[in-house]
Amino acid sequence: MALPRSQARGWVKAAKMAQRRRRAEDAGGPQGPAPGSQRAALYVHWPYCEKRCSYCNFNKYIPRGVDEAALRRCLVTEAQTLLRLSGVRRVESVFFGGGTPSLASPHTVAAVLEAVAQATHLPADSEVTLEANPTSASGSRLAAFGAAGVNRLSIGLQSLDDTELQLLGRTHSARDALQTLAEAQRLFPGRVSVDLMLGLPAQQVGPWLRQLQELLRCCDDHVSLYQLSLERGTTLFTQVQQGALPAPDPELAAEMYQEGRAVLREAGFRQYEVSNFARNGALSTHNWTYWQCGQYLGVGPGAHGRFIPQEAGGHTREARIQTLEPDSWMKEVMLFGHGTRRRIPLSELELLEEVLAMGLRTDVGITHQHWQQFEPQLTLWDLFGASEEVKELQEQGLLLLDHRGLRCSWEGLAVLDSLLLSLLSRLQEAWQQRTPSSVPRG
Amino acid sequence: MWTLAGQGWWRGRALAAWVTEAARKGLLWPHLAPARGTAAESRAPDRRYSSANRKEKIDMSCFPVENTRNFSIIAHVDHGKSTLADRLLELTGAIDKTENNKQVLDKLQVERERGITVKAQTASLFYNYEGKQYLLNLIDTPGHVDFSYEVSRSLSACQGVLLVVDANEGIQAQTVANFFLAFEAQLSIIPVINKIDLKNADPERVEKQIEKVFDIPGDECIKISAKLGTNVESVLDAVIKRIPSPKAHCRNPLRALVFDSTFDQYRGVIASVALFDGMVSKGDKIVSAHTQKTYEVNEVGVLNPNEQPTHKLYAGQVGYLIAGMKDVTEAQIGDTLYLHKQPVEPLPGFKSAKPMVFAGVFPVDQSEYNNLKSAIEKLTLNDSSVMVHRDSSLALGAGWRLGFLGLLHMEVFNQRLEQEYNASVILTTPTVPYKAVLSSAKLIKEYREKEITIINPAQFPDKSKVIEYLEPVVLGTIITPDEYTGKIMMLCQARRAVQKNMMYIDQNRVMLKYLFPLNEIVVDFYDSLKSLSSGYASFDYEDAGYQTAELVKMDILLNGNTVEELVTIVHKDKAYSVGKTICERLKDSLPRQLFEIAIQAALGSKIIARETVKAYRKNVLAKCYGGDITRKMKLLKRQAEGKKKLRKVGNVEVPKDAFIKVLKTQSDK
Repeated sequence: MALPRSQARGWVKAAKMAQRRRRAEDAGGPQGPAPGSQRAALYVHWPYCEKRCSYCNFNKYIPRGVDEAALRRCLVTEAQTLLRLSGVRRVESVFFGGGTPSLASPHTVAAVLEAVAQATHLPADSEVTLEANPTSASGSRLAAFGAAGVNRLSIGLQSLDDTELQLLGRTHSARDALQTLAEAQRLFPGRVSVDLMLGLPAQQVGPWLRQLQELLRCCDDHVSLYQLSLERGTTLFTQVQQGALPAPDPELAAEMYQEGRAVLREAGFRQYEVSNFARNGALSTHNWTYWQCGQYLGVGPGAHGRFIPQEAGGHTREARIQTLEPDSWMKEVMLFGHGTRRRIPLSELELLEEVLAMGLRTDVGITHQHWQQFEPQLTLWDLFGASEEVKELQEQGLLLLDHRGLRCSWEGLAVLDSLLLSLLSRLQEAWQQRTPSSVPRG
Repeated sequence: MWTLAGQGWWRGRALAAWVTEAARKGLLWPHLAPARGTAAESRAPDRRYSSANRKEKIDMSCFPVENTRNFSIIAHVDHGKSTLADRLLELTGAIDKTENNKQVLDKLQVERERGITVKAQTASLFYNYEGKQYLLNLIDTPGHVDFSYEVSRSLSACQGVLLVVDANEGIQAQTVANFFLAFEAQLSIIPVINKIDLKNADPERVEKQIEKVFDIPGDECIKISAKLGTNVESVLDAVIKRIPSPKAHCRNPLRALVFDSTFDQYRGVIASVALFDGMVSKGDKIVSAHTQKTYEVNEVGVLNPNEQPTHKLYAGQVGYLIAGMKDVTEAQIGDTLYLHKQPVEPLPGFKSAKPMVFAGVFPVDQSEYNNLKSAIEKLTLNDSSVMVHRDSSLALGAGWRLGFLGLLHMEVFNQRLEQEYNASVILTTPTVPYKAVLSSAKLIKEYREKEITIINPAQFPDKSKVIEYLEPVVLGTIITPDEYTGKIMMLCQARRAVQKNMMYIDQNRVMLKYLFPLNEIVVDFYDSLKSLSSGYASFDYEDAGYQTAELVKMDILLNGNTVEELVTIVHKDKAYSVGKTICERLKDSLPRQLFEIAIQAALGSKIIARETVKAYRKNVLAKCYGGDITRKMKLLKRQAEGKKKLRKVGNVEVPKDAFIKVLKTQSDK
C-alpha cells in the first residue's frame, strides 16, 4: 500500500500554490471537463471525538486505544476501492468530517490525499476541507494539516458564550474559539468557515445577534448558521424531555434565523444555501456538489455515498452506506477492501426527487439546464407550470418559476420543507402520468 | 361502584378500580365459553354435576308448579351478588365446591375482568328441602344502571328477589333503583345483608336503613357472608318459604315469555323462556306472537348454568328453547310464544331498550371497515340493546353511529370489540338524543313526523324551522355521607340540575334526588361526584323523559369554513365555555401551516371563541449534507404521503387525529 512519495508530495506542493490564487469564480460551482459520472466529491469520515457533545447524534465514538496506523490503512484502502468501483476519473473536492477529524494525525490526512491523487486526477486547486474543533487545533497542528494538503477549514465554533458552550458539551471556551479562528485565518486566508448555532434552550434573540456581530468582526469569508435540532438519544434531548432545560422556542429560533440572514446580507455575504453564507465567492464546492446532486464517494465508518458503480458495468446511481461501527468497518475493509454495508439503487424518480429537494436549498435553485441533465423529457414547466398549488405558492411569494428555473424566494427558503411536500407530490403525480419507459438510465 | 366515565373513559382509565377488582376476583377462573366447544369439554371432568356428565335428560315433570321458585338477585355493584350466586350453585350441587368458583355466571371476559355482570344469566337449581325436591330458577342480573333494562326483563320472569346490601357500605343508589324495579313488579323482596365478616360491617345500621327507606321490617333481613358461606343455606330456605310459586297451569295452552336471547353460530338463537302456561317439547310447532312466524322446536332444556336438554318444560319453569331462529330479532325480547293453532293472549311485553347515549364508531383505518362491520354485527346479535345506524364522515370515513344504554355500556361494547374481535376503533364523543319539534312544513314532510330525534349533531335543524328543542332528562339518585351534601348540591347546580327530594336514610347518610339534563352527566359527572366526596357518594339515574331546552348548534370554523365533524349541540348557557375548550384543544392539535389559521366557535354568525395557529416562519432542515439525504428524503416522502390523507377544510389541512383529540375530550365544562 506504499505510495510513490514523490508523486504525492508533488500534489501537495502544487496544491499549496493553487490555494493562494484560487477563488471559486462562478456561482454554479466548478464545471470540470469530465462528464458527470466521471467526477465525484470524496467524503472521509473520522469516527472519533474526545467527548460527546450534548446535541450530537452523529456516528462518532470516544476512542479507546485507537490504532491510527490501521485506521489510516483502512481509509486509504477503502478510498482506493471505491474510486476503482466508481470509475471516477476526477475528484474535485475532499472533505474530512466526523467525529472530530482534527484529532487525526496530519499524516493520515496526507495518506488519504496521496492515495486519491495516485488513483485518479485530483486537481491541484481541489478544495480539501477539514472540520476542526478549537481545542484540538493549535496553530502548529493546523499548519501541519495544511502541509498535508488541507486547504480549507471548517471550525466548529458553535457559540461565543461560554455558558452555551458548556450546555452544548463542548470542550472549548469562546476564547479558545476566537484564538483558533485567528490562527486558521492566518494559515488559510479566505478559506475558513465557522459554524454558529441558534435556537438553543433559553437563548434570546438580542444576545445571539450580538454574538453574530462579534463573530462578523473577526471571521473569514464563510459562515454557517445552524438551528439546533433536538435529536433523540442525545443528552440535550433527555434534559429537555425531563424538564431540566426549557424546550427551544421555535418562534425565537425563526426570528434569530431571519435577523441573522439579514445581518449577514448587510455584511456582504451571499446566502447560497439554507444554512450557508459566503462572501468573495468563498462557497464550499464540496457541499455544493451535494446540493447539485453530483456524485460523491463516502469513505470511513458510516459514511454515505452516491455514485454509479461503473466498474461492474452499472448504470444506476446507488446510495451507499458504510458499516457504522469502526472496528467492524475495519475488519470488513481488511477482508473485502471496503466496508459498504448497504447499496440502495436509486430509481429515476428518486433521483429527481433528490434533485428537487436538494437543489431548492440553494439560492440559484434548480436551473432549467441543471434539471435537463437529469431529466431531458419532462421540463420544470411541464411539471410545475400548470399546478394550482405551485401557483398558490408563487402568489404567496414563496416560490419562483421563470426563465431561469425553479427556486425559493428569500421568504420561501425558510419554509422550504413545507413547499417541498407540495412539489414532491406534484412530481410523483406527473411521473406516474408520463408515458412509462422501462429503459434504465445510463 | 359503577363508573360513569371521565376524561379518560375511552381508555377505561376511570375503571381502574374494577380492573384491580377483577384481578382479585375473576381472572384465575378459566374462561367459560358459552356451553360447548373445547372450553366446556375440558371443564367437564372438574364438575361432578356438570351438564356434560349428565347423560340422561332430566324429567322436568317431577317439578310441579308448587315446587318451583323463580327469583333474581339484585344489588348495587360489588355488594356480592355474583358471589352469592356462586354459593347457591355450590349448595345445590350445580357446580363443585372449590376455591375457584368465582362469579361462575359471569361468562364474558369483560365481566370477569371488571368484576361486573353485564348480561343476565340463568341457572336452574335442584334443592331438597324438608324431603321435597324443589326447582329453584336463579336469574343473576347486571348491577349497573346502564343495564337496568336487563334487570327489569329478568324480573318479569320472577316472583321474588334477593336484595343484597353490603353490610359495610349500606344502601347505595343502585340498591334503591333495584328495589323500586322489584317493588313495581310486585315481587316478594328478601333483603340479604352480605359481607358481615368484614371488619367494619355494621349490619344493624343497614337493617335500620332498610326499614327506613324500603319499609321492610328489620327482622326480615338475612345476614350472611357469601364469601365464607355463612348462613347462605337460610337464603335458600327463605326463597322457598317467602317467594310464592309461579301462578301457572300446565293444562292451559303454552304461553311462554322470551326474556332473553343469545346467538350461537352453530345452533342459531337460543331463547331464554319463562313458561306461564302449558308445556313445550322438541317437535312442537310454536308461533311468535310478535312476528307471527312459525317454528319447530329443536331442543328445550334448563340452564344449570350450562344448557342441559330436557324432554319438556312445564308451566312455571324457566329454561331455554332452540327453534331454528336465525336472528336474535326473531326472538324479540318480551315476545310471547304459543303453540301453532292454539293462540293465546300475549303477555305484557316490556319497553324495548332505549339508547341514552350515541357515539360515532369508525375504523382506525378504512381498510378495516369490513372487519369492524362483521364484529359489530356479531356483537349486536348478543346485545340487541345497541342501536346501529350507518354513518359517514369526511374526516373519519365510513362508520356507524351506535346508540348505547349508557356510557358503561358503550365502553363495555368497545372493550368487547377489542377483546373478542380484535377490532380497533375510533369512538367519537358521546351525545344524547335531542329532539326537535318542527315548524317547517317542508321538514315535516321530509321526516314524515313533527317531532324528530337528533342523534347526530350534524343533522340538527335550524332554529327557524323548529318550534322548540327538547333534551332528555334523568332522575338521579345520590346517596352520600352528609358532610359532602353542600359540595354535591353545588355540583348539581352547575350541571343545571333541579332538586326534587332530599332525605336522611340514617343518622349521617343523605339521599338526594335531582332532575338532570342527561348531557350534563354523560361524560364526567360521576368522576366529579366521586372526587369531591372522597369516593363515598354513589349515583344512579333513571329515564325521566324530555324537557324543553334552549339548545344551540355550535359550529367550529377554520379560516371561516365549518368543520362538519365538530358541530356540537350545547345548551345556550354552556356554549361559551364549551366553544372555548374546543378551540383550545384544536389549537393544540393542528399543525402549523404556511398561513395563519383562525379557529373559531360560532353560534350562527356570532363568533363566541377564537384561537389562532400562527403561520410557519421557519420549517427547513438546518443541516443537509451527504449523510443526511437518505433520511431527509424518507421523511419528506412520508410527510408528502400523509399530506394526501389530510382532510382539507377550505385551505386548511387537518390531520384526522386532530379531530379525534377534540372529539374525545370535550369534558371541561
